Amino acid sequence: MITLAVAISVILVLVILVLLFRIQTLASVFTGSTQKRVGKSNKINAILLLSFLILGGAAFAWSYMSHRENILIPIASEHGVWIDDMFWLTMAILMIVFVITQVLLFWYSYKYQHKEGNRAYFLSHNNRLEVFWTVIPAIVMALLVFRGWKTWTTITNPAPADAIVVEVMGKQFNWLIRYPGADNKLGVVKHTLIDGSNEFGMDLTDKNVMDDFVTNEIHIPKGKPVLFKIRSRDVIHSFYVPYFRAQMHAVPGMPTKFWLTPTKSTADMAEETGKPDFNYELVCNQICGRGHFAMRAVIVVDEPEDYEKWVAKQKSFVESNPDLMANLKTGVPATTGPATEASEQDDAKKAEEIVREKAQL
Amino acid sequence: MANPNITIHPEVHAEHAHHEHDEHHDQHWLWKYIFSQDHKVIAKQFLFLGIFWAFIGGALSSLFRIQLGWPEATFAWLEPVLGTWVEGGKLNPDFYLALVTMHGTIMVFFVLTAGLSGTFSNFLIPLQIGARDMASGFMNMLSFWFFFIASAIMFYSLFLQNGPAAAGWTIYPPLSALPQAMPGSGAGMTLWLVSMALFIVSQLLGGVNYITTVINMRTKGMSMTKMPLTIWSFFLTAILGLLSFPVLFSCALLLIFDRSFGTSFYLSDIYVAGEALTNVGGSPILFQHLFWFLGHPEVYIVILPAMGIVSEVLATNARKPIFGYRAMIGSLLGITVLAFVVWAHHMFVSGMNPFLGSVFMFLTLIIAVPSAVKVFNWLGTIWRGNLVFTTPMLFAIGFVSLFISGGLTGILLGNSAVDIQLHNTYFVVAHFHLVMGSAAFFGMFCGVYHWFPKMFGRMMDEKLGYIHFWLTFIGVYLVFLPMHYVGIAGFPRRYYAFTAFDAFSQFGDLNMYISLAAILAFLGQFIFLFNFVYSIFRGRRSPLNPWHSNTLEWTTPVNPGHGNWPGEIPTVYRWPYDYSKPGAAEDYIPQHIPFSQTTSSNLPNEKELE
Ligand code: HEM
Ligand SMILES: [Cu+2]
Ligand SMILES: [Cu+2]
Repeated sequence: MITLAVAISVILVLVILVLLFRIQTLASVFTGSTQKRVGKSNKINAILLLSFLILGGAAFAWSYMSHRENILIPIASEHGVWIDDMFWLTMAILMIVFVITQVLLFWYSYKYQHKEGNRAYFLSHNNRLEVFWTVIPAIVMALLVFRGWKTWTTITNPAPADAIVVEVMGKQFNWLIRYPGADNKLGVVKHTLIDGSNEFGMDLTDKNVMDDFVTNEIHIPKGKPVLFKIRSRDVIHSFYVPYFRAQMHAVPGMPTKFWLTPTKSTADMAEETGKPDFNYELVCNQICGRGHFAMRAVIVVDEPEDYEKWVAKQKSFVESNPDLMANLKTGVPATTGPATEASEQDDAKKAEEIVREKAQL
Repeated sequence: MANPNITIHPEVHAEHAHHEHDEHHDQHWLWKYIFSQDHKVIAKQFLFLGIFWAFIGGALSSLFRIQLGWPEATFAWLEPVLGTWVEGGKLNPDFYLALVTMHGTIMVFFVLTAGLSGTFSNFLIPLQIGARDMASGFMNMLSFWFFFIASAIMFYSLFLQNGPAAAGWTIYPPLSALPQAMPGSGAGMTLWLVSMALFIVSQLLGGVNYITTVINMRTKGMSMTKMPLTIWSFFLTAILGLLSFPVLFSCALLLIFDRSFGTSFYLSDIYVAGEALTNVGGSPILFQHLFWFLGHPEVYIVILPAMGIVSEVLATNARKPIFGYRAMIGSLLGITVLAFVVWAHHMFVSGMNPFLGSVFMFLTLIIAVPSAVKVFNWLGTIWRGNLVFTTPMLFAIGFVSLFISGGLTGILLGNSAVDIQLHNTYFVVAHFHLVMGSAAFFGMFCGVYHWFPKMFGRMMDEKLGYIHFWLTFIGVYLVFLPMHYVGIAGFPRRYYAFTAFDAFSQFGDLNMYISLAAILAFLGQFIFLFNFVYSIFRGRRSPLNPWHSNTLEWTTPVNPGHGNWPGEIPTVYRWPYDYSKPGAAEDYIPQHIPFSQTTSSNLPNEKELE
């Protein structure tokens, strides 16, 4: 019933609009305004263009200022400062160009609107001017490239040798986390060895695997370089931590890496943001399927001593899965059949449930 | 069927042309309107199909903007349309991804490539260079029908049980290669690939034709440096397409092999859906290189024709020569060449060698220079002009504004260090929707309003055009400006909802405003649709040269027949931008007017040409 009423009123509104349109056309035919090449609307449009510049500019400034707090998110890594510096330096230059060009565009549009009896100024080119405005942007770009290149190479240079190593493996739709343990060497993994209980596919015959440990959360110490070794076991994901200004794709068949030095512990950030339950979040930033939007892991930045304590508490993967080792010795496969399919669907379901719950709040 | 002779011998006698012309009246309507080889009819076919796709693409975006703007809203009212894609009142997340994928594919390829180049290259190249038709009318017709078949297949894929392709318009494997990874990578992806392969054939057939026609079939006197900038831009666009679309073809072909024939070009070490695959040695990065080798030129394939149209319309309505004609050609050439060597700026954090990142940052930022030159020259064009704000002129000014706003942020993204943070966030979405999406659409509207009289012999309604422009212009900024904010705060694109992360709990209100503006702006396009359809049948009759323009198409009859000029093709004597020349009686001197007739306005160097 209501849909019918809505439909009828929409149709009525449309009919009225069409009638108005017809009246307008007929009126303009009678007044002869269609005969004139440039009518009154020219002036109106000129004024509108100028108003657009002024009101639009004001709205732009206002909208930015009123959302500033939310837009500018804190920086929590050493290189993050460099990236933001680069960003704002570039932005400052761009804003100058932006303002000049937009103002000229709309101002000229207003100022040089058609006037009866006026004639445009016949000017086909001006070589000096054109060379000038080719060379200036070229120089500015060269400077930006140079600075950007320095920032980029410092960030992507190899990690210091003493960096703490964490392996992060993306899968639909969560992150798996592995530490190298005391030997600081990650053991060999093979995708053919993956099953429900050995999600990394660790090769248990490799002795480097013995002390590797697997966790649910990423813990890293504040102020120490950390090297993330990033991989994926199914599709491409992206390891993205906005507060760290860190991002790298997780690619199946091609391990990638990103290293950084966190500068603020989780507790520091809780204080800075005023959110007592603050958590760093690892975000998946490359479309990977149904659960992409909920592919999340928590990163805890500890004070160095707390981090050491936490590491000391972790049990190695082999230790916590004694049956795997036992089976390996007797030659029986650890598990039979595809065990993870169910768990994958669970992950996706879980993610969606979280969303539904939150949506209902 | 048309006699191909008329296209090969442009210098036919007047009577002969008339004869040809008459013959066409007896043509069966099927050959005249459907399987026509007349470039003007083919152009309209591209335009109609492009407009159809634009509304589909826009409707899809309205759907996912509802989801983003009101994440807790129920979709139950859409169940009659969407069927099982609505689950328990909520949009299915897989379907959300299908929506963004199809929106992107449709807009980039079907609307802004086929709809834009297909329409205006076809329509304007013969008319503006003074040719009776394209070099090969038959290939031209094939070009449209390949596009039509591609469209039919893509459209059909929307209704598949498992949905259309859903891996993003960039269809990165392995996601797009493995049906186990998402439902959209099943039959939907197969149809996507088949459709795109046909689409590429269509583009190549069209492109070869445009290039040949421009090189070989210009009328007497129409040297390359007397061509309107529209033609230059269509010409270079066709070259870009001709060189880059084949790469997309091989890229897609290898993906088809991986999907259907067990090869491992893009696949290695994969464990998915509880099963370890046997593929080893492939590289997903290879796909990205191949894809973006087309993908980046593609964005210029979209924008160059719009730039050409805008240059033409700005000069005409400013009643002033385009400023720096040669610099405009030079910058088009520069962009064309550079467009081939910047593709990996889409891959800074893909895992490729950081050294490559440095190289591509350098090359990418260079491309900003010719782009800047174009903007300055457009500003120079309206400076001290006598501006007539026709609807196309407003869209041209809007284009320049949008191109500035969107192009500038490219300089941030092109900086590999800054891109670490911004890659795949809404900042990128904002960047390319302003500079490509909106600006190219504005170029297209600009062209439609400007050449509508030539296409249909009638004028579109100006008042409705103004309303359409202002709604769209304000709407576009309201939608895409705030997206920069969301992007700087690190919000990822292609997210079904932002509710799973603490960090993204803000901006709920902003997302709602964006959605509201997007839906209103979309609804505003129905004003255009009405105006367009209404004016075809009932619009005011167009005079011969409604905009007092210099280019050759306005020397044809109001409704040109097949062959374009009933008599001889006019000879060209001057460049197309003699507007407001001092000493001339009118404020324009069309290209076919010899200098001998304009002695009062000739410049010193033109005296000898009299
Ligand atoms: C000033 C010149 C420009 C520069 C320096 C530039 C730079 C960039 C960069 C670096 C990206 C990748 C961002 C990322 O994914 O992290 C990008 C994305 C994009 N740009 Fe531009 N751009 C420029 C102009 C244009 C123009 C003129 C167009 C189209 C007409 C365009 C269309 C696009 C599109 C469609 C994407 C996104 C593709 C995707 O990931 O879906 N850009 N741009
Ligand atoms: Cu993901
Ligand atoms: Cu690009």
